[in-house]
Amino acid sequence: MVDTETFLDVSIWRDQGGDGHFETYQVPRLANQTILDVVSWVQQHIDPTLSYRFACRVGMCGSCAMMVNGEPRWTCRTHVKKVVVEDCLEIAPLRNLPVIKDLVVDMDPFFDKWVAANAVFEPSRTRDDPMAPITPDDPMRIVADGAIECINCAVCYAACDVVAANPEYLGPAALNRSWSLVNDSRDAGQAQRLHAVSAGGGCHNCHSQQSCAKFCPNELNPTLSISGLKRATLKSLLRWDR
Amino acid sequence: MIESHRGHSLWFAFILHRLSGIGLALFLPVHFYMLSLALTDPGQLDGFLAFTDLLLVKWAEFGLVFLLAVHMFGGMRLMALEFLPWSPRQKTYAAMVVALAFFVSTGFFLQAI
Repeated sequence: MVDTETFLDVSIWRDQGGDGHFETYQVPRLANQTILDVVSWVQQHIDPTLSYRFACRVGMCGSCAMMVNGEPRWTCRTHVKKVVVEDCLEIAPLRNLPVIKDLVVDMDPFFDKWVAANAVFEPSRTRDDPMAPITPDDPMRIVADGAIECINCAVCYAACDVVAANPEYLGPAALNRSWSLVNDSRDAGQAQRLHAVSAGGGCHNCHSQQSCAKFCPNELNPTLSISGLKRATLKSLLRWDR
Repeated sequence: MIESHRGHSLWFAFILHRLSGIGLALFLPVHFYMLSLALTDPGQLDGFLAFTDLLLVKWAEFGLVFLLAVHMFGGMRLMALEFLPWSPRQKTYAAMVVALAFFVSTGFFLQAI
């Protein structure tokens, strides 16, 4: 159902090589409308040069995150009616990442930190060995369950003030992934991982502001994971666990 | 400027802990200097102690005790967060920190006046 009587005042960040500024567009307000719908409408009806990212449109791929009225959000699953303020929207590229153009940010620093956090599975068996049995009620598996389902959208990274203050900080997503691997009994790279996550820029930089947990669209809790890493690195230092 | 991504209670708990810590760091050198007057210039110290009887100073002390208490309880909250098994009641604990600090500082103030 289209209600053409109402229009949204949408300020969208335009940036083509360092001339960043907001431009305002009038977008018809619909009964059922997401932020991604609004951005797409502007691109399709007003300015085809507007650049932004999306793929799945159903909250799985993690590519459409933007700052909406100052808060990081997955735009494909954020309804206008949930965030609109007096028919106004402000849409900007994700915070804490360099802008390539308009609403598109360079995700390289974000993913480089996943590598730096050793957030990659290190197998302890070869393909010729039998599969390691891990039951759903395994205590480590239960802890790991709380940290999986991350869609790599960088909403937590954009919400984090520690990332903003310290460019070396690995950030909530990379540390959350490391925590899920710390709780993977099949993984053979734990000592190097704990070293990586406790080095400069590691988990001990976290100030527990918990904005990552507040804004994670999948309701994960990276602060919980980071506090787990803090305990794991301390235990490792004191050799309680080995 | 407080951006809207910061507008939640646990971020305010962080900034309260940070600002109370800075406030106490500024207070402590002055505090130790005034204490040192007991050895170096007792007369000046007595004059200062008379000054602290003013109601306005009692109000300032109320603020000081609030900062001390909120930083102490806030520090306990953070240590519990980092060293104890995770609790989902983080906002409740942050609210309890402020309530306890207000209780302690008000108790001090009522005794002081």
